[in-house]
Amino acid sequence: MSARFTTRQVGDVTVIDAVGRFTLGEGSSLLRDTVRNLVAAGNKKLLLNLNEVSYIDSSGVGELVYSYTTVTGQQGQFKLLGLTKRVHDLLQITKLYTVFEVHDDETQAVRSFS
Amino acid sequence: MTGTTDSLLASNLESVDSVEALVVDAAAALGLDEDARMDLGLAVREAMVNAVAHGNEYSPDKQVRLILERRTDAVKVTIIDQGEGFDLNRVPDPTQGENLMRESGRGLLLMQAFVDEFSVKRTASGGAEVVLVKYAS
Repeated sequence: MSARFTTRQVGDVTVIDAVGRFTLGEGSSLLRDTVRNLVAAGNKKLLLNLNEVSYIDSSGVGELVYSYTTVTGQQGQFKLLGLTKRVHDLLQITKLYTVFEVHDDETQAVRSFS
Repeated sequence: MTGTTDSLLASNLESVDSVEALVVDAAAALGLDEDARMDLGLAVREAMVNAVAHGNEYSPDKQVRLILERRTDAVKVTIIDQGEGFDLNRVPDPTQGENLMRESGRGLLLMQAFVDEFSVKRTASGGAEVVLVKYAS
């Protein structure tokens, strides 16, 4: 199933819930569009929930990087929530685990935004 | 079931999806567990994307050759494109500081991470030939 992204507001944090496979041609650019639109609308505290994403390829990883650099480039914050083991392993292998702030609990994640 | 299939595929994303599914099925037949099947599937997906997008540049005039060997102890996948090939030693390391935040360039890293054997060479005609092997544990 292609990746789908829905957004919801928790206080001043925008949570992006991702579902499905996050690969080239299966919705990876949808995240790019979602993040770009959110930032353009002034939402600069973004939490990407990957709890329902079991599969991601290098294209999907690239979209995470794009999202991070786009948001932080606008003095915003972009954090990750609920990594599955595969996504966690992928971020470890690519050494991006040191770049992204990752949370397991949504409440704590939301509170972590300054 | 052991055996070898040799096929030519169009340079599009449908080929990427179909080869990934085919290889995952072969891995299941070999008895690989779900994690190992997904590992091989991801490595093959990355190799196919490289072949289709970077090697053949989605050209309708170029094809990707897939050789799938179902052995008793392993699945061996060979993917050959009709591009210009590349030198693995010249590919930037995506885990190094200056490359870490690039949006692309991680496919080869993931291929190597998720299979037991990996090799790449330039074919006589100039394209890239990538070989991926996953063993039954």
